[in-house]
Parts: sequence; structure tokens; C-alpha cells
Amino acid sequence: MNLESLYRQEWRRVLATTLRLTGDFDLSEEAVQDAFVAALEQWPREGTPGNPYAWLVSTARHRVVDQLRRRARFQEKQDELEQVAALEESEVDLSDVAMVDDQLRLIFTCCHPALAVDGQVALTLRTVCGLTTEEIARGFLVPVATMAQRLVRVKRKIRDARLPFAMPPRDRLVERLDAVKLVVYLVFTEGYAATSGKAWMRRQLCEEAIRLGRLLCELIPRSPELRALLALMLLHDSRRMARSGPDEEIITLEEQDRGLWDRQEIAEGVPLLESALRDGANDEYVLQAAIAALHARAQRAEDTDWAQIARLYDALLRKRPSPVVELNRAAAVAMAEGPSKGLALIAEIEAKGELAGYHLLPAARADLLRRQGRWPEAADAYREALAMVANDPERRYLSRRLAEVEGLQSTGGAGVIH
Amino acid sequence: MEYLLLIYDSEAGIAAMSEAEQAAIYADYGRFTQSIQQSGNHRLGQQLQPVATATTVRVRNGKRAVTDGPFAETREQLGGFYLIEAKDLDEALAIAERVPSARIGSIEVRPLVPAMQHAGQA
Repeated sequence: MNLESLYRQEWRRVLATTLRLTGDFDLSEEAVQDAFVAALEQWPREGTPGNPYAWLVSTARHRVVDQLRRRARFQEKQDELEQVAALEESEVDLSDVAMVDDQLRLIFTCCHPALAVDGQVALTLRTVCGLTTEEIARGFLVPVATMAQRLVRVKRKIRDARLPFAMPPRDRLVERLDAVKLVVYLVFTEGYAATSGKAWMRRQLCEEAIRLGRLLCELIPRSPELRALLALMLLHDSRRMARSGPDEEIITLEEQDRGLWDRQEIAEGVPLLESALRDGANDEYVLQAAIAALHARAQRAEDTDWAQIARLYDALLRKRPSPVVELNRAAAVAMAEGPSKGLALIAEIEAKGELAGYHLLPAARADLLRRQGRWPEAADAYREALAMVANDPERRYLSRRLAEVEGLQSTGGAGVIH
Repeated sequence: MEYLLLIYDSEAGIAAMSEAEQAAIYADYGRFTQSIQQSGNHRLGQQLQPVATATTVRVRNGKRAVTDGPFAETREQLGGFYLIEAKDLDEALAIAERVPSARIGSIEVRPLVPAMQHAGQA
């Protein structure tokens, strides 16, 4: 195995175990980095050890001990020197069970609700996924210095407020798992939803999120919610090849070439969702995954079970009321019961004013007016959306639609189109 | 590790409560204080007089300025505090959520700089 894939595989496990020994993020991270550098020097010469994980942990531990001893001597602290000696002599449990616990502790610590959410996300990508600060910064389209500062802040809080490097107590597990799920999902949507920036890096975020989702399912196999989250990510990810054109133009679900959908991801996601539903998963992720599965199941766009999708949006709204979900529901109702029903719902949302300035609101209205063949009104609504849209691929899509309805308007075309 | 629990609640909200409701909160505080004394987490704790009694002092260019009122006008006011000992933030948060005002106001949990570390850095 080459060192890069080994690094990918072992970084998290070695860091998690080293953290168990030290409880100190910076110290452990440095020591693990050093251990990998040592591996890079020694392994090509002496051969890869039989158990790379044990070798790396042992090397990292030596670095930690050296570092702590130097620090304690410098500060002339006898009690700390004794602690270092104890750490040096202690027997390290390297069993599979201990390793799983280490990784869970690491993930739960990174996603502690006492940390700011952007800090949780950054720290998870840095420590659990082993991404560099530069890579994370590129993924989130922020300057490297900003991301570095974010990581410093979050690690400082862990140290100074003494966040325990520990599993949450049983009665906190649900709350804490919610935070973990949110972090994983935010990493995924950041990679999936964004349509600007370096595409390959955004892709890496989706892959990391799915990798994290898989890891969590392995570590906590009893959680149906984690299976639902993984299913949701896989089902969305399955459309990645079909959802944009060669110049990154958006291709709507309706217009996508379904032959480009990743059948393997669908084949993995659907049974995961089914087992999550069987085991009683009942959160917003499972509802979203169920919606994605209904799309995945439809051979052609016109086969989509919109009535069922509208019902799922109803359930989602009850769980988490949000004007954006309301808008999605309006679009589903329009597809199930006709554009005029959808337009009435959109008018209600507009009257509430919560989505003022949100380009997808006039865009959804424009889409339904277009389906009714009301070209001049549709054109006006597309123009309204274009005045608000911020990103290029969406602007190109809206411009194409606008040109289309303007053309029909001038040639006096009439009738309902799809 | 020591943590300061800063208790913020709405003075107006409490003033608007009935006497029986206020008495119930005081009784809750009594029980809570006793329980963290028994568990060994309690260091210190006191209720503050209302912000109407607050005075703010600043010294600028060697000149003292004294003004009536708190440092910042906020919707919830600092009404009291506990100084507790806890092994880590999770234990401190578990204690903070039991402060009676957590149900009506907010509890800010702040770790103290350890005395030794402070001396070492100075």
C-alpha cells in the first residue's frame, strides 16, 4: 500500500488513540505528523511494519513523551515529570474495541455543542478526515488564514474550557449525535450545493462526508438515523454526473439524463433507507432521504410520485418548519395537482415575506407560469429572479429559461408545456 | 477546574411573577445550592442586587468617570453567580442546566484561568 492511502486510512485512528493518551489536540497532532514523517523515512528503507497502526501510535507516543518532558523540565515541574514517566510506561490498549472507542471519542469531541458549528466542521475535517488546513479553506472558499484562525480558536476552547475527550454520557447521546449528524451533513451540502469554486475540492467534501457517514454507521451500527443520513447523501450524490452541464450550467431534476445517475450509489442508498425506516428512524434526514429515493426510483421524470413527495414535505414541515421547505412543498404539490394549486401556495409564502430577496421564490413562480403557458408573466418572474441570483450557473439557467419564454411570447406560442 | 456560572434572567420578568412563583424559585435555589454543596462542587454563590443599583467606573487618561447603570443594557441582566469546581466542561454544563434560572433565563459558563498558570505567564 502506498503511503498516501495509508496516511488516509491511519491518520484518524492514530490521532484518535494518541489523543486518548494525551487529551491535547495540538500536541497529538504534531506528534502524529512527526510519526508519519518518520514512517516516510524509515519504511521505504526497512519495509512497512506488520502493524502500521501500532508502529505509528508507538512513535507518536515517544514524540509526545519527549515533548512533555522537555516542557516539564523547562518549567521545572516535578509532578508533570512524574505524569510523563507514567505515560511512557503505561501499556497502550491497541485492540479493535479500544480503537473504535478512540474514534468515537474523537468525533464526539470535535462535534461538541459547546463549540461553534463552523469550528466543529473545520475540526472534524482536520482531525477526523485528516484534511489539511489549506484543503479545508479551499472547500469552504475562505482564505487559509481565516480557516487556520478558526481551528486555533476551536482548539483553544477545547483546552481552556477543558472539554473532555470522552464519549457523551448516555442521557446526552441523542443530543450529541444530532450535532454529529449536522456536521456530516453540512460537510456534504457544502460540497454538493455550491456551484462555484474549484470543483474537485467540493467533490472531495462530498466524498469525505460519505466516508464519515460510513464510518459512523460502522462505529454505531444500531443507529437507524445514521443509516438514513448515509442513504440521503448517497442518493443525492448519485445524481452528481447529471446535475450540471459541461460549463457547470444547472440541469434540473426534470431534465437530467437519468442514465447518468450512479446506480451503485442508489443500490447502496435505497436498502439503507429501507432498513432505517424499518428500525424507526424518524428525523428530517430520513424524510429527505425518502424524497430522494422516490426520485431515484422514477425511470422517467413523469413517473415521479409527486403526491407522495408532497406528503413527505408535509411531514418535514411538521418536524422542522421552514419557508424553504414550504417552497419545495409548493413545487411538489404543483407537480401532483397542477400549477395553479402550486401558484396559490407560493402566493401564500410570498405574503408572509420571510423569503423576500430569495431568488428561488420568483424562479419557482416563473416555472409554474411557464408550465401554464403564461409567457409574459413567466418572463417577468424570471427577470425578477435574475435580479436576485448570485451565482453564475443559476444565472445561466434562468437566462436560458427567460430567452425561451420571450421567444414563445414573440411568436405567439401558446399552450401548456413541460 | 473552576468555572463561574453567570446567571442572567429578566428582572422585569421576575418582578411580574406572583409572590408564590417567586417563592418557588427561591426554594428551588435553596435546594440546588444545598445539592451542589453536598456533591462538593460548590465554592461560592450569591445573588446580586438589581441592575438599578449598578454603578460603572472607568479610568481614562488617569481620570475617573463614574456612571449610573450596568456596563451594557441587555434584555437579560446578570442577577447572580456560582463559582463551582468541576472535572471538565461537561460536568460544569450538567450543573449549569440545574440552576433554576436556566429554565427562564440563561447561564453563561466561563472557565477560570488557573491561578498557577496565571502566575506562570505573568
